[in-house]
Amino acid sequence: MGVGIQVENLNAWYGSTQALHDIRLKMEANRATALIGPSGCGKSTFIRCLNRMHETTPGARVEGKVHIGELDAYDGISPTQLRRRVGMVFQKPNPFPTMSIFDNVAAGLKLNGYRDKKQLDSIVERSLQQSALWDEVKDAIHKKSGASLSGGQQQRLCIARALAVEPEVLLMDEPCSALDPISTGKIEELIFQLKEQYTIVIVTHNMQQAARVAEYTGFFLLGRMVEYDKTEKIFTNPSDKRTEDYITGRFG
Amino acid sequence: MRTRFQQGLDELREKLLRMGGLAEQAVERACRAYLDRDLSRCQMVLEGETLINACEREIDEIAFDLLAMQQPMAGDLRFILAVTKINADLERVGDQAVNIAERVIDMVSLPAVELPVDIARMAAAVGAMVRRALESFIDGKAELAQAVLEMDNVVDRMRDEAFMVLVKTMNERPELTRQALDALLVARNLERVADHATNIAEDVIFWVRGADVRHNVPQDQEAHPQTLPASESH
Repeated sequence: MGVGIQVENLNAWYGSTQALHDIRLKMEANRATALIGPSGCGKSTFIRCLNRMHETTPGARVEGKVHIGELDAYDGISPTQLRRRVGMVFQKPNPFPTMSIFDNVAAGLKLNGYRDKKQLDSIVERSLQQSALWDEVKDAIHKKSGASLSGGQQQRLCIARALAVEPEVLLMDEPCSALDPISTGKIEELIFQLKEQYTIVIVTHNMQQAARVAEYTGFFLLGRMVEYDKTEKIFTNPSDKRTEDYITGRFG
Repeated sequence: MRTRFQQGLDELREKLLRMGGLAEQAVERACRAYLDRDLSRCQMVLEGETLINACEREIDEIAFDLLAMQQPMAGDLRFILAVTKINADLERVGDQAVNIAERVIDMVSLPAVELPVDIARMAAAVGAMVRRALESFIDGKAELAQAVLEMDNVVDRMRDEAFMVLVKTMNERPELTRQALDALLVARNLERVADHATNIAEDVIFWVRGADVRHNVPQDQEAHPQTLPASESH
């Protein structure tokens, strides 16, 4: 099951440049939260702080609190352990190109010491079913490589790979920006179904997508979170003029 | 800036204002026709209706295109939705003007009589409501729209009074029944125009404030999710 996320006074830097200023928000369990804002506003940096990927950039640092459920993401847990609970899907599908579909999905499990073939078979099938890819690939999961799939299928493979380790939170950084509308529709449908079991945070430049998949939306600007509210409120009657200007295309 | 989109919104606004002007003029002409027993003005109202109907179709078409092609959001979305609803109300205002004109055509064939009802006063009140509702749209002024809502009760009372005195007239002087009935129907048509002006004002408030004030239903006070933050507004 998904867990809630609570962020308190989160600040992040790249070297001496501050990318996030004092972000505070609560994201509900088993809901999708969309983060929108112009390029460079800090929304991707923000989600990379949720699974401690930000600190992997040389010179980058983070201050503040991130709680994933009861867990303090920055205290008493290693980044690797954290990332088992907070999975991530990126803008560009990045399957391991030479590995089979099966090995792609099982990669995280094997790294975590799973060796039982029956158990692996069962988790790979469940993950591919959850990512709505199973029916399309079930006859070739050992024969076909990850790279042989279409872009949309590759992205769903990456989602299956993230789900295989049974995270509680799934972070998605513009997961559809490289996909055609049909594949995008499938991923959006998937997000809708995945909410039952996971908490989802999605960064997107596509405002219609945010409106379609997320219950809550946050608007970032210049490293600050300007507004965070129910999605229908943000897109029909935002409280802050900067949000209104951005979503109506009058920004800048 | 989305120049093409902005041009579309401007065009929508201009067309709606033009239609508003036509509808307002139709009511004014119809009332003047009633008061002066003037068939030429009736004719103008009937001819004007075609123009109003054409405007309605044109506005709907522009709004439909903008919704389909530009994916409007927030204030723009509310504006377009408000325009489509105001559009329908203005078309109905035009219909009510035609109804009044038809009453006048019937009435002119009858002898002119004095009736104990002040249609001129009611027409002035209704005309003011339509004008103010349109002004509130032009300026995006929710306060002005709010004032229109408050005028509706006044017109309702005028209609009720007209009903009572005209029914009494029909009972006491049956030979005036047709003229009294015409006046009663005109009063009812004017009251309907006032209702449409009220709807327009409500749509302006929805556009400007994002608040639904229809049917006196209080706004949901829990619009903001309680579990949510505490985020800063910088």
